[in-house]
Amino acid sequence: MAKRQVYMDHNATTPLHPEVKKVMIKALEDFGNPSSLHAFGRHTRKLVEEARENVATFLGAKAEEIIFVGSGTEANNTVLSIFACPSKKCNFHGKAAAEIVTTSIEHPCILEAAKCLEDRGFKVLYLSVDRYGKVNIEQLKDMMKDNVGLVSVMMANNEIGTIQDVKTIADIVHKKGVLFHTDAVQAVGKIPINVRDLDVDFLTLSAHKIYGPKGIGALYIKKGIPFCPLIRGGHQEQGRRAGTENTLGIIGLGEAVQMREKEMKEEEKRLLKFKAVLRKGIEDNIKDISFNGHPTDCLASTLNVSFEGAEGEAILLYLDLEGIAVSTGSACASGSLDPSHVLLATGISAERAHGSIRFSMGRENTMQDVEYVIDKLPEVIRRIRGMSTAYTKKVRKQ
Amino acid sequence: MIKDEWVYSEKLKEHFMNPKNVLRDEKVDEYDGKGIVGNLKCGDEMMMVIKVDKKNNTISECKWKTYGCASAIASTSILSEMVKGMTLDKAYHVSPKDVAKELGGLPEHKIHCSVLGDKALRAAINDYYLRNNMPQKIETEKARIICQCMNVTDKEIEHAVLEGVRTYLELQEHTKLGTVCGQCKDEATRLMNEYIQKHFGK
Repeated sequence: MAKRQVYMDHNATTPLHPEVKKVMIKALEDFGNPSSLHAFGRHTRKLVEEARENVATFLGAKAEEIIFVGSGTEANNTVLSIFACPSKKCNFHGKAAAEIVTTSIEHPCILEAAKCLEDRGFKVLYLSVDRYGKVNIEQLKDMMKDNVGLVSVMMANNEIGTIQDVKTIADIVHKKGVLFHTDAVQAVGKIPINVRDLDVDFLTLSAHKIYGPKGIGALYIKKGIPFCPLIRGGHQEQGRRAGTENTLGIIGLGEAVQMREKEMKEEEKRLLKFKAVLRKGIEDNIKDISFNGHPTDCLASTLNVSFEGAEGEAILLYLDLEGIAVSTGSACASGSLDPSHVLLATGISAERAHGSIRFSMGRENTMQDVEYVIDKLPEVIRRIRGMSTAYTKKVRKQ
Repeated sequence: MIKDEWVYSEKLKEHFMNPKNVLRDEKVDEYDGKGIVGNLKCGDEMMMVIKVDKKNNTISECKWKTYGCASAIASTSILSEMVKGMTLDKAYHVSPKDVAKELGGLPEHKIHCSVLGDKALRAAINDYYLRNNMPQKIETEKARIICQCMNVTDKEIEHAVLEGVRTYLELQEHTKLGTVCGQCKDEATRLMNEYIQKHFGK
């Protein structure tokens, strides 16, 4: 394929950072089991613990508060599973935490784990969001009744990029003495995070969203917070996550957070500029569009836009033919029949959700990439609208 | 470089890139029959118009517009080619399976995106029959109630299958059928399996 390739789907996953790649290639040789007492094991143990230290420092936590898990999804499932533990020996067994509060815009791994808890007899309350995707704080206050055991609110949304006021939310939750979890998979490495300042009890992150490898994530568990493992059968991770460590992934993640520390501040400025140009380019060249997500409290990388009368999967695939990679909130691209639950939760019509495209930029994007998208996109939309029943109707109405 | 293997078949890609018989600026009134199906809320809508060669009772022209995904665009494009010159009777009975076959296969979860084309075509043919005083030719798609308690029809079961339902439990979840007295279970299961065979059978 000779044509230009522009990757603007960083919220889905990111390419490996060249430095991470280097470190990982070197680590391919380090095969020792970190649990072994001999030199091979001790060597890998050292690398794993260095990575843990890096992740902890990056979040303002202590190393012993970080456990490595298989993914952000696993971390989120772990936190929610605590409350359903059937073991009589578990810290949480028989605790009166019958209710869990989360939001209507969480990632499916929270929503489906919550649904599973509902099936097991727990009550789950879902916070609504405003048109920009901000959680309803007053509603949260009302929901904080005595039998709530956990509140889980994502820090930044994967689809629309809206950033929540996690500190405010954590304060409300902690006033009631309730545990607070935040899924920070999209926020880590993009906005500054300090778990002490934010005062969260659990925080989820994933390596592959920050130019690290796939198959590795981490969970921050505040010291002293009771815990119950999801995966049992070994003493690894202080008995909190059994299974021989994914040493290669862990080493990659350790390097990835260090690179984020170095690059994220400058990168945010650059991406904000790109986003402004992209936004204006779309506004100036394409009629009948609307932007989704918060205008300011939003990830610098993420721009979500709905094109009236054009269906998202068709837009995505025409852009793909031009070498541009994006994603859509349309049902057609997901294998389900419903468009994005996040967009619907912000109150926009199903039609607008079906016609939505998410651009999520990253460290390797350039202004030329942005210009290329602005050059190709109007023609793609014009083509689709040219054969659209929905757009004809609109024109006739005018 | 990534090897460029596309999500769907090459033929689908070709029809997606260069859709045939798209209704552009022509006046819809100049056509002999028009059908519109689907709705925007579900993310797809389809309009088809036909011109009929009245001497031979065949379709001489078939054009369309859609609000839909790549599969909808490509399957309608290919359908509009397939039915040119076809008798109205034959065109009336073209199935989504025929279209999918012509396209070189469609992923299962995409079949439902391709059913709007033939639905719209049937609606257009019916419209033609109505306009030409042949209402007796219209094959109304009669729906039969299978679940008396929840008022669920065979058409809804077929629709559920097209949307991916494969087991009785899924069918219950999807349509609420059989959730009161449960008497319809055997018949509903039989119909569901028939529709799975009809649309997805090899």
